Amino acid sequence: MKYSYYPGCTLRNKAKALDDYARASALALGFELEEISEWQCCGGVYPLGSDEIATKLSSVRALNAAKEKGQDLVTLCSACHHVIKRVNDDMKNVEDIRTRANNYMALEEPYAGETTVLHFLEVLRDRVGFDRLKEKVVHPFTGKRIGAYYGCLLLRPGRILEFDNPENPRIMEDFIRAIGAEPVLYPYRNECCGGYVSLKEAELAKGMCDKIHKSASGFGADMLITACPLCMYNLNKSQTGGLPVYYFTELLARALGVCEACGNSREEDGEVTSL
Amino acid sequence: MQRVGVFVCHCGSNIAATVDVKKVAEMALMEPGVVHAEDYQYMCSEAGQARIQEAIREKQLTGIVVCSCSPRMHETTFRTAAQRAGLNPYMVEIANIREHCSWIHKDMEEATKKAVLLMRAAVAKVNLNTPLRPGESRVTKRALVIGGGIAGIQTALDIADAGYEVDIVEKTPSIGGRMSQLDKTFPTLDCSACILTPKMVEANAHERITIYTYSEVEKVTGFVGDFTVDIRKKARSVDMNKCTGCGVCQEKCPSKKTPSEFNRGLSTRSAIYTPFAQAIPNVPVIDREHCIKFQTGKCGVCAKVCQAGAIDYEQKDEIITQKYGAIVVATGFDMIRLDDYDEYAYSQSKDVVTSLELERIMNAAGPTKGHLERLSDGKAPKEIVFIQCVGSRCADNRGKSYCSKICCMYTAKHAMLIRDKYPDVNVTVFYIDVRTPGKNFDEFYRRAVEEYGVNYIKGQVGKVIPQPDGRLLVQGVDLIDNRQILKEADMVVLAAAIEPDPDVRKIATMLTASIDTNNFLTEAHAKLRPVESPTAGIFLSGVCQGPKDIPETVSQAGAAAVKAIGLLAKDKLLTNPCTAHSDELLCNGCSQCANVCPYGAISYEDRQVNDHGIREVRRIAVVNDALCQGCGACTVTCPSGAMDLQGFSNRQILAEVDALCR
Amino acid sequence: MTAQKKQAEQIKEISGVNPLKCMKCGKCSASCPSYNEMDIKPHQFVSYVINEDIEALVHSKSLWKCLSCFACIERCPRDVKPGKLIDAARQLVVRKKGGDYLSPDEMAQLLDPEIPQQLLVSAFRRYRR
Repeated sequence: MKYSYYPGCTLRNKAKALDDYARASALALGFELEEISEWQCCGGVYPLGSDEIATKLSSVRALNAAKEKGQDLVTLCSACHHVIKRVNDDMKNVEDIRTRANNYMALEEPYAGETTVLHFLEVLRDRVGFDRLKEKVVHPFTGKRIGAYYGCLLLRPGRILEFDNPENPRIMEDFIRAIGAEPVLYPYRNECCGGYVSLKEAELAKGMCDKIHKSASGFGADMLITACPLCMYNLNKSQTGGLPVYYFTELLARALGVCEACGNSREEDGEVTSL
Repeated sequence: MQRVGVFVCHCGSNIAATVDVKKVAEMALMEPGVVHAEDYQYMCSEAGQARIQEAIREKQLTGIVVCSCSPRMHETTFRTAAQRAGLNPYMVEIANIREHCSWIHKDMEEATKKAVLLMRAAVAKVNLNTPLRPGESRVTKRALVIGGGIAGIQTALDIADAGYEVDIVEKTPSIGGRMSQLDKTFPTLDCSACILTPKMVEANAHERITIYTYSEVEKVTGFVGDFTVDIRKKARSVDMNKCTGCGVCQEKCPSKKTPSEFNRGLSTRSAIYTPFAQAIPNVPVIDREHCIKFQTGKCGVCAKVCQAGAIDYEQKDEIITQKYGAIVVATGFDMIRLDDYDEYAYSQSKDVVTSLELERIMNAAGPTKGHLERLSDGKAPKEIVFIQCVGSRCADNRGKSYCSKICCMYTAKHAMLIRDKYPDVNVTVFYIDVRTPGKNFDEFYRRAVEEYGVNYIKGQVGKVIPQPDGRLLVQGVDLIDNRQILKEADMVVLAAAIEPDPDVRKIATMLTASIDTNNFLTEAHAKLRPVESPTAGIFLSGVCQGPKDIPETVSQAGAAAVKAIGLLAKDKLLTNPCTAHSDELLCNGCSQCANVCPYGAISYEDRQVNDHGIREVRRIAVVNDALCQGCGACTVTCPSGAMDLQGFSNRQILAEVDALCR
Repeated sequence: MTAQKKQAEQIKEISGVNPLKCMKCGKCSASCPSYNEMDIKPHQFVSYVINEDIEALVHSKSLWKCLSCFACIERCPRDVKPGKLIDAARQLVVRKKGGDYLSPDEMAQLLDPEIPQQLLVSAFRRYRR
């Protein structure tokens, strides 16, 4: 099975590990991520203004590229997923935006939200299946207590993201179970890490992340996993005696035994296995 | 040619201030067939009616047009007046020059022009009217009440006391309904069971009331005065005549893990069970899905211990067919599911409960024997937070648009009862508005605040955050102080919205009773006919019509009974003669009319017709006059123009249109 | 049309929000993780727009404290979505010449080597035009 794949800018740079581990794991699980050519940055945030068009076009290009290949579009970074999924919803359901965006794009056939956008976790849940994933695990994280950190962007607004129950999600917990560890439910897993605000309001973001760490460790988590490079940055930056944070794909690649294929992209490579 | 009289009403200044009534009368005289026209201050008054009657007699009128208010208001008045003067009541037409004209226009000239047009249309129609005579149908002197809660019980008692037979059909194993689950009732704080169980006993003992519990309405045919209903009496697996209600079977039953519906899943029950101690009838049922005998074939303990030999594993469902003159719907409500409200941690913490669950916790016969305790660890709470409007007053896609009406009062009740019994427990209520319209209601709420020290905070809660130590952190807002609040609590109680019992959809379809977007049954008139369905012979009792508390439910139950009694007291019913009829020479039996008929009034029969000398058998639509409500849906649907409505024929309506366009 | 009314109309247009749907329950403010940092609270944004007091909004520091976490948008029972009003007010500011909240000059001292690209593009989108 081949999917169109949109890595996004951070996965080419600071979060290369998130990307490498995902690609290697995908091959091990029998699907391929085919990077769409000449993708452009999604902009990081979904433009809320109903009159914003130009800022949505890079997403439309990515969506249309997948449509032309007849593939579903897979994302990995929470922010890219959020932006592309919402722009797709606009293209499907908001006539004004659809018309004006297509006027810019001058495509052979107008784009009207035909592409299915899937987060990598959704591929694991809905296409691979967590049961099948479980069968493929060779190094289970037995005994590890892992807190899933969802943040905002994958879950809200729930009606459009349709990722999971936005107030009580399960998908990452099911993933944690599939790789042999024990999920730790804690109430701050869908609270904001501070996002981009940490640039100018470092203390504000720090306060939020402290709450997240405290809540997760209070419920007995040994570590956190995330799908978002920005969450990762904020959580790491603010941890004062907090928990180690990993990309979920890193744990996935380790569980599947395909880490070596990833070219040792993370310095403290031995850390998880030594935990 | 008709001899038509036109009567223009001033309605005081309601019409006359905007419409030149004299001009309308003057213009009327120029219309074909009009031989008399006059205006008068109040046509509906005694004197006004006398003028109409006098004109009918003196001018030998064959039809009249009254230019006045809406026919909903006074059509019956004028028809009756005309009838007394010897005119067929269906020779009366109303031109609505008040609601449709004077009230909505300001300019006299324009309004007068429009009033003249409306008068003309009515004259054009009355010229084509023919005298109509209502038919008759018989009335079965027996009522069916669907639902055995307080609404159904009260309606049944009132009808039975008036001398008519009543059957109650209740789907659960006992009558009693939601009220039987309540601990105390506002605003008097009397014990719910103490006031309900005597009524249950009275209904059970009443010589004219038959109660079918564990039963459901399966099929309804017929029409007002003459309904035929199939009731499915589900197999109880216990012989009602033999069972003594000793309860030994329930004690000995080895399957005890089924969540108790009565205790809202907070405790378990045996597979053979009565829902609660005061159940009526006091005869258990076997829940076959959870019974070991039915699931594996091996058990039979209940049959072994039953001294009366009442256990009957072979019992089958039974269909009872009965005729009724009137049907009262009293299907009640449930609380909405809270799956979509996970920000309040309902599914994440056992200590977040709904108000109805709290009701069971506070009840001496409930899962904690009436001790207020946390369901997670059995500890006594010190801080309790109530959250109002959970799923009520919502414009999003997860809640209900309406106010559930009862929550403000029961929350004040809960808060007061807790503070009374456990003075060291702090109670906080997050509210948006406190709504207490009702006798002694606001005084009740104020007592909670002033005498019992309940802490009311104006503002909603955003999130309930379970803490590692098992407590709950409530993140809310105080809109008066303009600050965000983080409050530690041991229990959180959610005032979940109420919604009609989901089965009501099925029942409404069987009854062809209309239902709104929230699944509440629609009343015939929001103000003037609040306990009747638009479908004749169907009456509404309790929350199935809209949210209401116990006092209001009981009043409405009585009102529904009175309406049903009014129907049952008649030996015969006059049927509305404005019904549809199909022209057998035009009908081709295509079924389109039957598909759109909301009342199930149309059937088909093969009939010998003589079509200009050709004799053949054709499939023809036949309208049951007693069922037809004259809505006209079939007439506009009929592709061949065979369907026509008496009193509103296609010719009459086109004549009105022509008159307007002339 | 007064300047204030015009701005209020603009905010309603950009956000697509009808503030009259608000029933003043405060669930937005109860949900907001930045509440304590804000001078004008999320629920107040709604009444400020209704009262056409937009000057106060565009000078509010709340614009820069909102995290766009969508908690208020997710939970609003009346489909008002105050977060969209806050963003629209922010747009009024940054779309104006000289209204940028982030200047390239201050970047040097804000940057640290770990910052993901995503953070920078997001901040530039929200803070500048």
